[in-house]
Amino acid sequence: MFALVDCNNFYASCERIFQPQLKGKPIAILSNNDGCVIARSNEAKALGLPMGAPAFKYKHFFKTHQVRVFSSNYPLYGDMSGRIMSVLKQFTPKVEVYSIDEAFLQFEGFDRYDLSQYGMDIKKRVRKWTGMPVSIGVAPSKALAKVANKIAKKFSDKTQGVYVIDSDEKRIKALKWTKIEDVWGIGNKHSKRLQLQNVHTAYDFTQLPDAWVRKEMSVVGLRLKKDLEGEATLLLEEGASSKKAIATTRSFDKNVTQLADLKERVSTFASLCAEKLRRQQSSCHLIYVFVRSNPFQKNQPQYRNGQMITLPFATHSSLRLSQSAVKVVEKLYRPGIQYKKAGVIVMGLVPSRERQLDLFSEENPKHDALMQAIDSVHKKYGRHKIKIANQNLRRTFAMKQAHLSPQYTTHIDDIIRIK
Amino acid sequence: MKKREPSGGLHFYTPDPEEATEQWLAEEGVSAGFPSPADDFKEVRISLDKTLIKNKEATFYARVDGESMIEAGLDDGDLLVIDRSLEPQDGKIAVCFIDGNFTVKRLKVTATEVMLMPENKNYKPILVTEDNELLIWGIVTFVVKAV
Repeated sequence: MFALVDCNNFYASCERIFQPQLKGKPIAILSNNDGCVIARSNEAKALGLPMGAPAFKYKHFFKTHQVRVFSSNYPLYGDMSGRIMSVLKQFTPKVEVYSIDEAFLQFEGFDRYDLSQYGMDIKKRVRKWTGMPVSIGVAPSKALAKVANKIAKKFSDKTQGVYVIDSDEKRIKALKWTKIEDVWGIGNKHSKRLQLQNVHTAYDFTQLPDAWVRKEMSVVGLRLKKDLEGEATLLLEEGASSKKAIATTRSFDKNVTQLADLKERVSTFASLCAEKLRRQQSSCHLIYVFVRSNPFQKNQPQYRNGQMITLPFATHSSLRLSQSAVKVVEKLYRPGIQYKKAGVIVMGLVPSRERQLDLFSEENPKHDALMQAIDSVHKKYGRHKIKIANQNLRRTFAMKQAHLSPQYTTHIDDIIRIK
Repeated sequence: MKKREPSGGLHFYTPDPEEATEQWLAEEGVSAGFPSPADDFKEVRISLDKTLIKNKEATFYARVDGESMIEAGLDDGDLLVIDRSLEPQDGKIAVCFIDGNFTVKRLKVTATEVMLMPENKNYKPILVTEDNELLIWGIVTFVVKAV
């Protein structure tokens, strides 16, 4: 069985943990430039605040509806995410960090467990230890776990945030409820084409002939269909990519034992992630690196570990990401282990600035930062102030985070104060 | 580690030679030949993190702002180590969020009521009623202070 654990309104919830008075209040999180809305609390969604809303256009809206606005605080979000993932690992060794606020868990040999109760225990522990509310969907496959999670979240009054699909009856009911465009891994293009075929729900999709799906949507589509039919075809660390993260993970043909080789691999993965980021004009704030031994080689010592770090600023530079990934893998490496797989996942994605010069896209990210800083100073003070940006880059950055909450968990001067 | 007899209210600790992990040996480079005997003892210096953090996922820090708990040894500006995973119990010092504010107080839990007790004569206990919105945020496990 698989579970998908998804944090409820992750960014807004992180802010709420340290400002509990914001419970029930609308919250909006802005992109790294305070440019547009990248996350909303349920209350803000209910007010009709759209995703991607430009902050300057919504100033009045924020004021009239008393929306609490925050600049994105990635050091805080990254640390909270790391804590949550680490709690999840206490429940099963098989955890796939899927994005900053989602993880797949695999349960093997849990037949005697009541997974509904187990899910509730997970939810409670994450909430108690870290303060984060999560929703959990449990099902025989990853794609179904995703569906179950949606149900858990949507009907939280009834499900209390945990929903298990453990019978065919429940599976079919859930699939009939799920619109085809909401199915994990079915993109816009495919869902439009499927709708023309009179496929409107996930259930309709599972009724198509295998041959048709394979022909029209390749083997990837067919595997998704099998997954939705309850036959776990997508393994842990496989599946459709998340919009919130980009992953490059590989199993090695031959086990790797040397740190130098592992560094080389991880560095390559990081560069690939950077390339993908640049292709979709995104930058990332967080990088997660994991390594593991081969669980099927029972006679070998087993080891799996991963760590997330927060980057000083959003980047899509191959250089910066490789360096960071190598730094992490140096920490994770234990001698005497036969490494079978490693991966790099970049998270906390934000759109890169459009006016970025191509000349600098492969450049040290300090140049990216410099570009941003210069742009902003130009806009604010006119061309002749470029030198200020050059001399005090950080300060220029700080100006663009007008609503930043303290780094409660990563900066000693920022910890909460208590009377 | 061996604990010496208390002297003047303070406990002193002396390293016990049998407990190798408590010893620190210099990380001397050995140019050739034999591996350094110190290699086995690397990174075994006493770690305050290890001492103060029992549950790293659930541990957060906060700073005391005010004097309501001075008789419990919590002075203005002290650093609090807070473990969210511990259950609130009578007699524990807790970080609470009540009616819109963070406060640190000792919990007094009886069969019928919950009180937040200050430890400073100039402050009054807070009786938690149905009208209050109380969140017990975490339990204080250590106080770190500059002296």
